[in-house]
Amino acid sequence: MKKRNLFDLLNTLFMLFIIFIMLYPFYHVVMASFSDPARISYYTGILLWPLKPYTTEAYRVVFANPLILSGYRNTLFVLIVGTGLNLIMTMLGAYFLTLKGPLFKNAITFMIIFTMYFSGGLVPAYLNVRDLGLYNSLWALIVPGVIGTTNLIILRTAFAGVPESLVDSAMLDGASHPQILFRIIAPLSKATLAVMVIYYGVGHWNSWFGASIYLQNSKLFPLQLVVRNFLQEAGSQSDMASYAEMIKYAMIVVSTAPVLVIYPFFQKYFTKGVMVGAIKG
Amino acid sequence: MKKKSGSLGNVLKKDMKRYWQAYLMVLPVVVFYLLFSYKPMYGILIAFKDYSPAAGVWGSPWVGRHGMQNFIDFFGSYYFRRILKNTVVLSLSSLVFGFPAPIILALLLNEVKNERFKRVTQTISYLPHFISLVVICGMIKMFVANTGIITQFLGLFGFQPTNLLGKSQYFPAIYVLSNIWAGMGWDSILYLSALSGIDQDLYESARIDGAGRWQQTIHVTLPGISATIIIMLLMRLGSLMNVGYEKIILLYNEGIYETADVISTFVYRYGLLNGQWGYSVAVGLFNSVINFIIILFFNRLSRKLADVSLW
Repeated sequence: MKKRNLFDLLNTLFMLFIIFIMLYPFYHVVMASFSDPARISYYTGILLWPLKPYTTEAYRVVFANPLILSGYRNTLFVLIVGTGLNLIMTMLGAYFLTLKGPLFKNAITFMIIFTMYFSGGLVPAYLNVRDLGLYNSLWALIVPGVIGTTNLIILRTAFAGVPESLVDSAMLDGASHPQILFRIIAPLSKATLAVMVIYYGVGHWNSWFGASIYLQNSKLFPLQLVVRNFLQEAGSQSDMASYAEMIKYAMIVVSTAPVLVIYPFFQKYFTKGVMVGAIKG
Repeated sequence: MKKKSGSLGNVLKKDMKRYWQAYLMVLPVVVFYLLFSYKPMYGILIAFKDYSPAAGVWGSPWVGRHGMQNFIDFFGSYYFRRILKNTVVLSLSSLVFGFPAPIILALLLNEVKNERFKRVTQTISYLPHFISLVVICGMIKMFVANTGIITQFLGLFGFQPTNLLGKSQYFPAIYVLSNIWAGMGWDSILYLSALSGIDQDLYESARIDGAGRWQQTIHVTLPGISATIIIMLLMRLGSLMNVGYEKIILLYNEGIYETADVISTFVYRYGLLNGQWGYSVAVGLFNSVINFIIILFFNRLSRKLADVSLW
């Protein structure tokens, strides 16, 4: 019995350690962003509280930067329009793959699945986007990835789980394919659709690479790319540099806070999402 | 038999009549895949060409005598060995050290008796999965700089503080450990749900047979999730040569290419930054073909062993 208690104690300590290493980096950045810039760049310990004198100067600088505001706007545009299109296109594809009858179903299925095994690669994809005239447009961040094939398979699995009898009886009542998809199957797959919104939405919020290769005009840059370009600049040990360090901290906070705020509300869907993804297509 | 062509036409007509709405719905999807997946595949021809955007893929001349010059150049270059080695090293060490981490976390979480504490820990452990790579890599860079908290912590053990990302020998460790940190919680979800699916009676009878906690873990828990472990392992193995560029681009610098530059980042630099189209597409194609073979192989294996496959 004693051994058991010792294990439980160690296990609890381990879990506290996990919580600490998952949360502390973010906590550290938040605390550092309010600290005295002159002291923070030489401070080397654990930060429990901002170093005095407290300052919100870094945030003033960050929000005075027009790129941050345009970054938020661009990201929101891509997030809303992009996720909406992602959802519609993925639903259309997933629905077709659940049908049993169409002659070309197998051919289209193969065409979709094959892309999970082989792709043209980065450079041909880039040249393709240029050829299609999407270069330097926010649509370059939306259209080339409008369907994620893994997501399509996940959604297909969910759609296939809708009782066939419901679909059949709707068919007999003369429902069209769009009606069956949008009135019957989609409402019964709400949980998986919510997971899709999270996956695509988080993807849009966090993405920077596409923007870095497809956009030239900095007014079009999404938030993450703006943040990346700031973080990229190497710091030296001058006063200006310690100031720049503060701004980096504040930038991280500003770009991550929205995710942290909505995180608790979405987290109940996470487990479900992974589970859906794990089931064979 | 005589009416074969006629009946084929009839079958098509009937199919279209019955499913025209469905085909109309899937049309944008098909167009998307043609334009953004299959058209770039055609672009692979660039690997065999001396490509110029003005002449286009077809119009550009073949490179060298047989169109293989880009491959000959690549296989003969110093970089071939380096990026191949780095890709394998980073991928294998991520697998060896990273693969067990979520399993261990799940097993230990499973032993936590307080449901609420367990749930909170779990939720917190997913958090890094939702944070952007830009931010994660930005934090890594700050924490491993010479005054960074991780460097300073190592200093407690007599380590000479330095910018860890400035030294090539530390890159693999930074890459792998940060991957584990960011992915461990999220990846454990799958194992936890497999754990919750284990028949509780098995534990009961093990206890009656006098099995302690550790023995229960060995004889009941591990066999109970072994199928999940095998499936996940095979899936990981399928992407063995597929080391992504985003994280590495955010972390590396010219000084540590020796250990940090992988095939995908090499393609990115030569293709998108230097504009060496043909050469970079050739390198990318080399990688895609290897990936294709590996994933096909492990998918077959997984279908055989566990009756599960990507498709």
